[in-house]
Amino acid sequence: MPEQLLPTPSHTVGPFYGYALPFPEGGQVAPKGHPDQITLHGHVLDGEGDPIPDALLEFWQAAPDGSLKGAPGSMRRDPVTGGYLGRNGTDFTGFGRVATDADGHYALHTLPPGNAGPPYISVCVFARGLLHHLYTRAYLADGPQGADPLLDSLPPERRATLVAQPGERRTYRFDIRLQGEGETVFLEFQ
Amino acid sequence: MTLTQSDIDTEVNDLQNAYDKAVAGGAPVQHHPPRDYAPYRSSVLRHPKQPLVAVNGGDPETVELSGPVFGPTDITEIDNDLTVQHQGEPLGERITVSGRLLDRDGRPVRGQLIELWQANASGRYAHLRDQHPAPLDPNFTGVGRTLTDDQGRYFFRTIKPGAYPWRNHTNAWRPAHIHFSLFGSAFTQRLVTQMYFPNDPLFPYDPILRSVTDESARGRLVAQYNHDLSQPEFSLGYEWDIVLDGPSATWIEEGR
Ligand SMILES: [Fe+2]
Repeated sequence: MPEQLLPTPSHTVGPFYGYALPFPEGGQVAPKGHPDQITLHGHVLDGEGDPIPDALLEFWQAAPDGSLKGAPGSMRRDPVTGGYLGRNGTDFTGFGRVATDADGHYALHTLPPGNAGPPYISVCVFARGLLHHLYTRAYLADGPQGADPLLDSLPPERRATLVAQPGERRTYRFDIRLQGEGETVFLEFQ
Repeated sequence: MTLTQSDIDTEVNDLQNAYDKAVAGGAPVQHHPPRDYAPYRSSVLRHPKQPLVAVNGGDPETVELSGPVFGPTDITEIDNDLTVQHQGEPLGERITVSGRLLDRDGRPVRGQLIELWQANASGRYAHLRDQHPAPLDPNFTGVGRTLTDDQGRYFFRTIKPGAYPWRNHTNAWRPAHIHFSLFGSAFTQRLVTQMYFPNDPLFPYDPILRSVTDESARGRLVAQYNHDLSQPEFSLGYEWDIVLDGPSATWIEEGR
């Protein structure tokens, strides 16, 4: 094994990323008006169950056909004004970025992921107060089921924190609890 | 109860000593800050208490072993020059920051997005919630983006940010820093961090920097002044290489 470089340490995203990282339609991963659009949404909560209004969530997922290649153009820009054009309506970038609102709520509009095994959307959580981001996964409760090494390794009450429950109008509820009762399962990739 | 700097110093030093002792006793070096780090008060209710669950990256179908990609449509040509985004020149000391984005094998991360944001020269962010009574600069927003080149190099032109106060404890000041956001070839390699400037006298007092308890890891957050990067009668040059952690699909392709 070649000698490894030592990694650059993580730091918190802090309170002031709001004018730098979020971008218009960051949560509109599905082409607008697409009939298969689903909405993943929920609250991000702290150890006292209070909503976190300054969390930033990022999402990465397979395209409906299972592709993990993604595509550029999540934050397409206008070279004339420097503003944002939105996604181009044809390419599926697989990437979303949404800041929680004043109620600690977020919503991601996307297409159902087509990864092998039970479908899931990978979630990366940043927040003021969080020194190192956290990964979790939102598995769609009504998607194709089957063996999943992560889900299968967890006791039922922990496993439940990774399952997004279907609601009306193709919505899925996925709350993220950073600490305490019902604490979300967070992941470490090895 | 109001916390003083010396209260925070005591907590920080206790945690530093505990870490140093653990490493001397054979515990592994920690390259990243612990999420549970009480001297940074906002972390108290915002870290998980359960251990992280390991996901074996050996399965090539693991979604997180791939990641988002970006391209020339995602940036504009002046995004990496924070000094030309308004009608006039921003106030402050003009600097350039450049370096390479690498993975742990030393391979360049090519064509990937780097984002940064920072306070202005007076230590104030162009953000409504920042009410530090230092002047806003109408010629400076403090947001930049770029794509790395084929060698993984990046380049920004900006001004040196000022130190600023915050409310972690009485008389808390952040050393001057630039926030960076980085993507690798895999979502597992995602990184958000902060770059500091050499020899800042505020380093020992800052619980955010000190949350990285490993001294040599802390050093990797500090850019180097590089006189060769300075431009005559124009700007001072700083160099900072960034190394992303975490497995990627390319590891598996190459039989690791
Ligand atoms: Fe900051």
